[in-house]
Amino acid sequence: MGVALTRSAQWTAAGYGTRTLEITPLNEVILKEIAMFVESFIYKHPQEAKYVFVEPLEWKTNLDPSAFESGYIVSETTVKSEEVDKDGQPLLFLSVPHIKIRSLGQLSRLLLIAKDRKLKEAQACIKANRDPVTKILGLDYNTVKEDTSTVNILDKITKDEDPESEIKMKVGMLLKQLDLYLLNHSLKRISLQICLNPTTVKNHIELLKHFSGKGEQTVLESIDYTSDYEFSNGCRAPPWRQIHGEICYVLVKPHDVETLCVTCSTEGVFLNGGKTEDEGEINYERKSEMYKDLVTFLKEKSAKFSENMSKQDIRFTEEWKKENEEPKEVPKKEEADALPKAFLASSKNILEKNQINFGKIQMTKRLEPTLNWKATVDFKKHKSLLRNTQEKKHGGRLGRSGPPVSPGRAQLVRKSAEKIEEILSDSSSENEEDEEPPDRRQEANADLPSEYWQIQKLVKYLKGGNQTATVIALRSMKDFNLAQETCQLAIRDVGGLEVLINLLDTDEVKCKIGSLKILKEISHNPQIRRNIVDLGGLPVMVNILDSPHKSLKCLAAETIANVAKFRRARRAVRHHGGITKLVALLDCAQSSAKPAQSSLYDARDVEVARCGALALWSCSKSNANKEAIRQAGGIPLLAHLLKTSHENMLIPVVGTLQECASEENYRAAIKAERIIENLVKNLNSENEQLQEQCAMAIYQCAEDKETRDLVRLHGGLKPLASLLNNTDNKERLAAVTGAIWKCSISKENATKFREYEAIETLVGLLTDQPEEVLVNVVGALGECCQEYENRVLVRKCGGLQPLVNLLVGINQTLLVNVTKAVGACAVEPESMMIIDRLDGVRLLWSLLKNPHPDVKARCWRNGSLLVGGLELIVNLLKSDNKEVLASVCAAITNIAKDQENLAAITDLGVVPLLSKLANTNNDKLRRHLAEAISRCCMWGRNRVAFGEYKAVAPLVRYLKSNDANVHRATAQALYQLSEDADNCITIHENGAVKLLLGMIGSSDQDLQEAAAGCISNIRRLALAIDKARYT
Amino acid sequence: YQSHCTKSIGDGLGRQCFKKSEVECLIRLFHSLVERANVRLNNFGLDRNAFRAILHSVFGMTDDMLMNRVFFAFDKDNDNCINAKEWVKGLSVFLRGTFEEKLKFCFEVYYLNGDGYISQEEIFDMLKNSLHQQSSEEETDEGIRELVDITLKKMDYDNDGKISFADFEKAVKEDKLLLEVFGPCLPEAKVECQQLKLVKGTF
Repeated sequence: MGVALTRSAQWTAAGYGTRTLEITPLNEVILKEIAMFVESFIYKHPQEAKYVFVEPLEWKTNLDPSAFESGYIVSETTVKSEEVDKDGQPLLFLSVPHIKIRSLGQLSRLLLIAKDRKLKEAQACIKANRDPVTKILGLDYNTVKEDTSTVNILDKITKDEDPESEIKMKVGMLLKQLDLYLLNHSLKRISLQICLNPTTVKNHIELLKHFSGKGEQTVLESIDYTSDYEFSNGCRAPPWRQIHGEICYVLVKPHDVETLCVTCSTEGVFLNGGKTEDEGEINYERKSEMYKDLVTFLKEKSAKFSENMSKQDIRFTEEWKKENEEPKEVPKKEEADALPKAFLASSKNILEKNQINFGKIQMTKRLEPTLNWKATVDFKKHKSLLRNTQEKKHGGRLGRSGPPVSPGRAQLVRKSAEKIEEILSDSSSENEEDEEPPDRRQEANADLPSEYWQIQKLVKYLKGGNQTATVIALRSMKDFNLAQETCQLAIRDVGGLEVLINLLDTDEVKCKIGSLKILKEISHNPQIRRNIVDLGGLPVMVNILDSPHKSLKCLAAETIANVAKFRRARRAVRHHGGITKLVALLDCAQSSAKPAQSSLYDARDVEVARCGALALWSCSKSNANKEAIRQAGGIPLLAHLLKTSHENMLIPVVGTLQECASEENYRAAIKAERIIENLVKNLNSENEQLQEQCAMAIYQCAEDKETRDLVRLHGGLKPLASLLNNTDNKERLAAVTGAIWKCSISKENATKFREYEAIETLVGLLTDQPEEVLVNVVGALGECCQEYENRVLVRKCGGLQPLVNLLVGINQTLLVNVTKAVGACAVEPESMMIIDRLDGVRLLWSLLKNPHPDVKARCWRNGSLLVGGLELIVNLLKSDNKEVLASVCAAITNIAKDQENLAAITDLGVVPLLSKLANTNNDKLRRHLAEAISRCCMWGRNRVAFGEYKAVAPLVRYLKSNDANVHRATAQALYQLSEDADNCITIHENGAVKLLLGMIGSSDQDLQEAAAGCISNIRRLALAIDKARYT
Repeated sequence: YQSHCTKSIGDGLGRQCFKKSEVECLIRLFHSLVERANVRLNNFGLDRNAFRAILHSVFGMTDDMLMNRVFFAFDKDNDNCINAKEWVKGLSVFLRGTFEEKLKFCFEVYYLNGDGYISQEEIFDMLKNSLHQQSSEEETDEGIRELVDITLKKMDYDNDGKISFADFEKAVKEDKLLLEVFGPCLPEAKVECQQLKLVKGTF
């Protein structure tokens, strides 16, 4: 409990540095605050003022005994208070110049007596008592560890109902509050004085560079110094500009704004006149306001930057803090008083974290005894659990590699606790900000923009105005740039969010509309979303969905759509019955679309439905919500809306369907409601987003044959094929290729795609595409190549080379598809030759080798990859090229050493294929083939099968070859085969015994053994037959 | 007498927005209100007090000043009394008015001195009671002045310090919330729905 004040006392002491009486402004302020606190203590807390300290506070005072008046027994050199403790000891005892005080009440009085000298007294007191809290409350209150302190103290209170300890506790709390206040107060002052130096600027720029680059997720496109030369003091500005405090100049290119030329100076960051084209000189003149650092500056200038910053917030702020702290700890050339300040600041950083947390917990605890407390704790657990599950789900949505959670399991999960359900049931793991970013308040010390004050004023009118004033204030607030983070946070920080949400609870339609219009805009900000949910905004908005007022409904639904971007919000919507109401909004367009109504009404109803669908789209990212939508009868309504032609509405409608189609029962319903037809129709729309969503929906739905056929029958394949030609929009391309992949599983569709020349295009997409696209493209080719013509086509278009190249990838999903595609192509002898020439078999082989040790551990992941590879290998046996065949046989020999692989290739029909090859004269092939056969005999009834496929007789002929290697391999194969009686007979009939007998005399030991083994098998059979005959 | 009256008013309305039966019903209602409110039998209309009572009880208006203004807006012939024709005409805007009609009506309510502009002082008058009393009167006054500035900034497109009809129309068309910017002078949407019953004769 007292830890904080102890520390604060320490730093206060440290603040004195040399321990002279010299008073720095900061310390003076702190002292004043402490004095004020103590002085007023006796009035504010008379009860606690009587509390007797464990140890007295002692110091040398400058006060004269004569200053003391009533209430004290005064002598020439001593003063005793009339107030005494239980043992009759006075609470204040002064024996010039030493003074001892044992209660806050006396302390308070003393300061009153001291009048204008009270600061000196306070200072002397604190100097002499470096650890006042310990003295006041006792050691145990000071040593309790911070994290458990509340619990401990609460324990104490509940255990011994001693009234004194309760008072003690209260005193402790009060001191604590003072302490917090002091810390915050001094922090404000300190940070005002901190200015930039070359090291901090450099760190900031390095950090930003780290997060810059191409792509949507980065905060900036680029950031660079204008000059490469760095002076020894860390500055890059030319010396004559350094005099003005300028450190360096930076060229920043944000995503959404032109390149900015920025000056970083010790006073702050501002925009300069820019670099002149011809000479490369910088126009040093200041062109903008001064900002306290680069990030603040960029946030102001670029909306994209602040948006992406808030996404990367955690990562960034952490590093940011680190960076900020470092230079403080090693101050280099600051002014005289910089050292204590720096020390103060860094200890403050640590302190503040602990304390503010502590303060918060305490607050919640006091106000809402159980719920919130529990919620926060739960939530943390929740989050860590969630991380784990998300990691596991890493596979991603488009290229779903793992099997979906089986229905049985899902049900089980549903039954278990709500929390767990939520974790597992969320389908979307990517594009979502599920980590809650730390709450960022606008720092009180930052240079607040003028908007802040204007907004503050407006919020004041919102609070204290009647309807008319409120509407005017709302209207005026809407004129601010609400897309800007500064404004969004300003509204929140001045308490505007609460007011806006309260307004939703009133009866005034106009106020509600105005308020929602603002909420709708600012809820684009992830932080604001969370604040809205925390303030209980969702239930109110859900209630508004019932309103007869259409524009009100629309606004509420749109705002919900914005807010429900994270899990907790989606759950809140569901729990307050929002899903049912949102589904009801979809109904609007139907019920009032009577012919009599004018088109104006029609348009408004469409708008209502659009907003409803928009909100459902956001909500449908949670599985439980998908189910709720279905139960609320959402599917037929969505299906109905799909028949209309309002593009704006179709996007969220298809989006919702697409999101939901991951569920089996949705797919069935989609089929039943004849939704496919309309999806196909909308593929032909002009709107890229709509096309994308439709393609995604088809991708999700086309899991079963009937749907695939429907897509074809409704003419959906052609638009899909033609959409392939536009490759700029990668998201859409991924969706389209995904749809093609799934559709091409049906043979008829694959044929159609050939007619539409999609195969050629797909082959063209094998290079230079992002992985999501590649997975789908290769998957589609794999399916298409089940057909002869397509295989030929792929080969002719030169598709084999890029396919084989993809074999070296690392994406598991992609590899599975690639091996499948290569395998499908390899059926064609000509293709096979090419694959072989391209080293495909070797690559594949190395691929098979690599994941091999992991097979058991990560069975499902690599299993499908392996099967894909094995399939390819087995297919390669259909080749005509003897060389290929020989190497494939060699590969099979190796593969078959593993029992599981052997089982797999047996299932893939390796036995008949090997048997077919038996009639050959090529010694190399013969040798590898015999080896392969002998390996394959080790599994199941393969021995018998080889006999049935007539592989035995040709093998015997191999013994007549001239190649010793062939002899050995063959003998081994025959030995294995001879374990089966029928084979023995065949071997014997073909006259092998004589040849084998000759080989027993060979110098090759393996050959000897194999030959002997084979003969012994034959012999044993003959004996058995003899025995059977004679008995 | 009534049917005659209905006919003449019906003709007068030009663009019909009530059905004939509805107009009849409104007139009947008018007469019953007149009778109820007026002791002096020679008066065939509603005077200001009676009208305000109706605005308050039926349409839920509360602001005295605005109710007066609504009265003047109804009272086309400025005889301080609303006759049957004015009643029906006024209500047609009130209950069934198109957006343009309401726009015009609101503007009429808001400009008082008849010069066709809403001046800064008039706005101040209308917003006078819009803020709850704060610590000092000065502060409240300042707040109201600020609100006046905000509205002028928003609505005075030609920067002449007052709001003309053109200004008003443009601003309201941009954002319908501004229709009743200086105080409620139309029945609320919710009340409006209820009041349609009144027209249908169920009153």
